[in-house]
Amino acid sequence: MEIVCPAGTPAALRAAVKAGAHTVYCGFNDETNARNFPGLNFDRAEMREGVAFAHSHGSKVLVAINTFPRAGDEAIWQSAVSDAESSRADAVILADPGLLDYAARVHPGLRRHLSVQAAAANADVINFYARCFGVKRVVLPRVLSVPEIAAINAETEVETEVFVFGGLCVMAEGRCSLSSYATGRSPNMNGVCSPASHVVYREDDGVLDARLGGYTIHRVGAGESAPYPTLCKGCFNAGDKAGHLFEDPVSLNAEQLIPQLKSAGVTALKIEGRQRSRSYVAQVVRNFRKAVDALAADQPIPKGMLTYLSEGQATTTGAYKKTWR
Amino acid sequence: MNLMPLPPLSLALTTYARKVALSHPGLFRRLGEYSHTRFVLDPTDLPFAICLEPNGGTPSVTVTRGHAEGAARIAGPLAALLGLVHGAFDGDALFFSRDLVIEGETGAALALRNAVDDAELDLFGEISQRSGPFAEPLQHIIAFAERRTGVCLTRPEEIEAW
Amino acid sequence: MDLTVGPNQFFWAADRWAALYADLANAPVDRVIVGELVCSKRLPFYQDRLLEAISTLQAAHKKVLVTSLALVTLKRERKLTSELADLGVEVEVNDLTALTYLPDGIRFSVGPLVNVYNEGTLSWLASKGATRVCLPPELPMASIKILATAGAELGVTIEVWGHGRVPLAISGRCYHARLHGRTKDNCQFACEDDADGLEVRTLDDQPFLAMNGVQTLSDSYASAVHHVDALKDAGVAALRLSPQSTGFVEICHVYRQLLDGEQDGDNIADAIGHIAKNTRLSDGFLSGARGVDWSGQLPGSGEGR
Repeated sequence: MEIVCPAGTPAALRAAVKAGAHTVYCGFNDETNARNFPGLNFDRAEMREGVAFAHSHGSKVLVAINTFPRAGDEAIWQSAVSDAESSRADAVILADPGLLDYAARVHPGLRRHLSVQAAAANADVINFYARCFGVKRVVLPRVLSVPEIAAINAETEVETEVFVFGGLCVMAEGRCSLSSYATGRSPNMNGVCSPASHVVYREDDGVLDARLGGYTIHRVGAGESAPYPTLCKGCFNAGDKAGHLFEDPVSLNAEQLIPQLKSAGVTALKIEGRQRSRSYVAQVVRNFRKAVDALAADQPIPKGMLTYLSEGQATTTGAYKKTWR
Repeated sequence: MNLMPLPPLSLALTTYARKVALSHPGLFRRLGEYSHTRFVLDPTDLPFAICLEPNGGTPSVTVTRGHAEGAARIAGPLAALLGLVHGAFDGDALFFSRDLVIEGETGAALALRNAVDDAELDLFGEISQRSGPFAEPLQHIIAFAERRTGVCLTRPEEIEAW
Repeated sequence: MDLTVGPNQFFWAADRWAALYADLANAPVDRVIVGELVCSKRLPFYQDRLLEAISTLQAAHKKVLVTSLALVTLKRERKLTSELADLGVEVEVNDLTALTYLPDGIRFSVGPLVNVYNEGTLSWLASKGATRVCLPPELPMASIKILATAGAELGVTIEVWGHGRVPLAISGRCYHARLHGRTKDNCQFACEDDADGLEVRTLDDQPFLAMNGVQTLSDSYASAVHHVDALKDAGVAALRLSPQSTGFVEICHVYRQLLDGEQDGDNIADAIGHIAKNTRLSDGFLSGARGVDWSGQLPGSGEGR
């Protein structure tokens, strides 16, 4: 199986390639990609160099242009597609129908993947995207169980890529405005969720408060591990209950499900984390490369992922097990 | 370290930061809108704090005893801060485990973290290549830091991976 | 400008559900969208009342449409979605999956949960047969203006979110079931007790969101009362009002008065607060720094805008 690894910086791209990534995904340093965080991403020259470096080591590069172009400014997103092609990237990852339509018409030779941001959650709509825009691969939304993924693969020729490690959206991606409601900045329009610029931490007697856009999202006591103040993983009150009403501050680790995902017909395993350091990328990539190599050699999957790398220092297999819902 | 005079240390670190700015122009470019933000790096196990002012690529560093003012403050044990700069540790993981505390403009702290991570700074390598009046105090700091933190300031993990 | 009533986002008992549409037959609205948007498990409870509601509304000269689900995953949901056009009324697509089943050349509408952010997507949808688009509530006024202009050229009528708790997110997980310690498959319809969703408050007891099964809404009711002139000037043809449990027909009336120029926005905002107590309003997606912001007076604060 192919492992698709995150790179938020050229250094992380080199680290991923060296650690054995078959494929690296990254984005330009603007609002065209869904990890538009301060200090991250690639300018045009860095993208060309990054792709050349990856190719010289036998790895592929996918360029994520997966926000939704702003009305009146579509040219910014269109030029990102053109520049990805001229950087010799292996594919672009797109979500917006208008941009997919543009890429299919103007850059027919550039391979197109459907981003998780398109939230294509069944075989009929996946086949529709293939018919309309010639997409060759779909990144499945993180709302599906393993049997549902198998059912999708039985009904489509489009390759499927699924998330196996890292941050976990509980909402269907590309269909969520929680962040723009509280901060004015959204994944769909600005490529950020619960942006750091709107986060305020306050530590008082060991108690750490995290506020986002003025709303208290978390309060953790001394010595407790700290989650990032992502809205959907916040601690809230509803009815007579208090707690993590939407999702616990955990991150996804489906390492032990890799054999089932392979049997379900999945082509590629995606690791989340373009905002993480090159040290993180190298460790996770090395681990997952070992896992897929073991699987290819009919060996058991080594247990290795270190939970300390994970948010809340706890992991879940997410929607892949149906009880998650 | 308590006894080390601070003005020469500030000057040595400023010289070092300017050297880094010349050899890694991308680092300060990556700070983007935060390239004039005053950062406070606060090693919580040492009696002083480090203020970094990027000044759009002509950085200056001042070391102060006690409290220091800045738009963004990153605090944690020296080992965590050095490991972060050196690329041995992951910033998010240090934050999740509460080894790092971030205050003030979180976006600025994140930009600095990401920019430094991309720069692949090799603290030992860069300082050992240096000569001039500040080479010795810097080597002294690095040696102290390695002893004190146990963080290996060369990069065996990346060399191995090759 | 027209008034459109969006699909009821909440789970109401069948009698209450039917009463809404009987009442709307006499309300000053032009268009009503019926059907289930949020959760396919709710539909069987009122499915057999659907045709009656449609004919009542049609008899009162309302244009009636049926919505698709917002997120189609299961086989049962795909089948349900593929049969929507059989109801004999126009389909409002709220997940592109619904578009895949529509016969070629048929007219359809696009709801606020389809990501229409730009002219390219609008033009692609028009080429598929879209004649009406209700824009995503998250869009700022600048985008609305550009899309309304583009819509006029493409022959697509543009509508915007006018009133109601804003649908902010949809998930595979049911939060009502989770709150009650159940899984989605065994939810026991935990959402039916909350006719406008269940309030979600922060640890500091600040109202923030509303939980509605697999859907998450804003606590505040987004309201375009202060933007009607700008929307008219932009060429927006209709406001969408989203059903709520208290005084919804009255809400329709006050928006009609607003569109007819009989009352100004501040008066209508006051009226809304009298119709349904504790209604917090927002219009930040249209004009503020963030969605929750409100350009008008805060109740009791005396601060002008």
